Amino acid sequence: MSEITQNASPTKQFEELPDAPPKRKIKLSLAGKIGVVVLIFWAIIVVIGPTISPYHEADILDEELFVVPGGDEYPDTDFQPPSKIVLLGTDYLGRDTLSRILYGARTTIGISFISTLLAYLIGVTLGIAAAVGSKVLDTILSRLNDALLSLPSLMMALVMIAALGSTIPLLILLTGIIYAASVFRIARSLGQEVMVSDFVEAARVRGEGLWWIITREILPNIAMPLATDFGLRFVWIILFISALSFLGLGVQPPMSDWGSMVKENLPGLIYGSMAPILPSLAIATLTISVNMIVDDISAFTGGKLSKRMIS
Amino acid sequence: MLWRAIVGRLGLSIVTLWVVSVLIFVGTNLLPGDIAQIMLGQTATPENTEALRVKLGLDKPAHMQYLVWLGNIAQGDLGISKAGLGAGLGTPIVEVLGPRVTNTLRLTALVAVIAIPFSLFIGLIAAMHPGTQLDRTVTFSTLSLISVPDFLVATFLVLIFAVYLGWLPSIVFLRGNETGWVLIKTLAMPTLTLIIVASSQIIRMTRATVLNVMSSPYIEMAILKGVPRKKIILRHALLNAIGPIVNVIVLNLAWLVGGVVVVEIIFAYPGLAKLMVEAVLLRDLPLVQACAMIFCGTYVVLIFLADMASILSNPRLRHPK
Repeated sequence: MSEITQNASPTKQFEELPDAPPKRKIKLSLAGKIGVVVLIFWAIIVVIGPTISPYHEADILDEELFVVPGGDEYPDTDFQPPSKIVLLGTDYLGRDTLSRILYGARTTIGISFISTLLAYLIGVTLGIAAAVGSKVLDTILSRLNDALLSLPSLMMALVMIAALGSTIPLLILLTGIIYAASVFRIARSLGQEVMVSDFVEAARVRGEGLWWIITREILPNIAMPLATDFGLRFVWIILFISALSFLGLGVQPPMSDWGSMVKENLPGLIYGSMAPILPSLAIATLTISVNMIVDDISAFTGGKLSKRMIS
Repeated sequence: MLWRAIVGRLGLSIVTLWVVSVLIFVGTNLLPGDIAQIMLGQTATPENTEALRVKLGLDKPAHMQYLVWLGNIAQGDLGISKAGLGAGLGTPIVEVLGPRVTNTLRLTALVAVIAIPFSLFIGLIAAMHPGTQLDRTVTFSTLSLISVPDFLVATFLVLIFAVYLGWLPSIVFLRGNETGWVLIKTLAMPTLTLIIVASSQIIRMTRATVLNVMSSPYIEMAILKGVPRKKIILRHALLNAIGPIVNVIVLNLAWLVGGVVVVEIIFAYPGLAKLMVEAVLLRDLPLVQACAMIFCGTYVVLIFLADMASILSNPRLRHPK
């Protein structure tokens, strides 16, 4: 008996309270709904992309595939237009663009997502530590963070990559640390806001420990704005990793990655090839749709976030 | 009180600059490869490598090297470019930097002069008619533009203006003596790319800031007492939004100085960012340090100016709690 009531009680009681807050339900605009669909599409591709792709990402297709009856015996395989054999055409080495985009989804989105998670792990931990900790700790962390923020991120990445080489774990670590700085800033200011509120004061007077206050009062209260910020950060990290790959310093060949695909196929523009356009469109659809969703959510939370991003 | 706030911010900026200098020094010292060996190339023997290391001060412990470096920078001596990028071995860095800084400043200034008034105007128009077709178009297109990589914008511009129309050159080749029409044509592509990228950010932030002010109680008061809409926006909203908007502009300028890497590389524009990438590839330590210090110094100064603007425009910030 007691077990049942315990299980059911927290939510039940909450709803029965007379001044319980109304249930939060986010209404998405049309753009936001399209964004969700596109996002789910790419998430599925990340999981099953390599399985459904017609060729391997590094496969240079045989000339025989492109032989047309009565045509050349040794046809060109690079920058071929879309056909039944290669649905989206081939790239500068004669590899299948569709397969490379499907494989590249996993690389680009995977690396960006893990980097964002890492940035959040570091940034939120230190940010809350600065918000609840002593003034000395706060000052030291904030100064260090300001210094880190005042280094142009791409510059810093260039120096570090030149020093340590470009491997995927390093790329993730580097991006995570660079973007942890801006997460720190947001987490700290949000945390400070909650720390001075009356309910935290009440919890303190009640004699709750610091850990309890952090997990029960601060984290739930900053979760929503942090979630929207996560989306924005994710977009910036995708653009950042793509820019690095575009400069030839990110993901290394023969692995496919949307940024480097644009770079390596740029000469194809002159022949009207779609090879450099398609991966850019892939990046654009993903980042635009995440932004659309974030826009809707932050409109819902009262645009507080945009305020914070400006100041 | 005002002076105290300003001096406080100034002190913070100086501390930040110092931390930045330590970070840069440590970061660049991670670069692999012995400068002395790289400079001597195939003629390197253990003896002359060692001699050169002593001459360059590389044999001293790291913290001594740091102090010497910091002292020299404080005196305006940026050191000697070790790999002699472009201008031969042992050229003073100041000479290497000179033309590059001019080029980047010229590009940035050109972008700022065009992009800032344009985006303020568009942002304000959008904020004056929230929710209309015009506003939605502006919001959607700027959001799309900030979501796509800047190399995509650059690529499309090359595709249109250099490949199909053939009006503009696809890379920038600056001799330094171009004037008038030729100069405009040479600079057009990188400028246009940066204008598109920077404007969309400034437009969005201007719109958000003005709308934010528009939802404050005194605006409601003004609406209720029957002040015409135009007057509300120009008299009440805009004046209160100046602080945040200046902030946005300054931040974007800082971004322009550092974020031009991709654009400078695509168009082979001989600016500071490209110089730094080249210096990294050549392991030219003093040059990398000097470039990084310039970028970060500019950024810190601009952030300081942004803070000043908000303190001056909002008296409440003069009394920090």
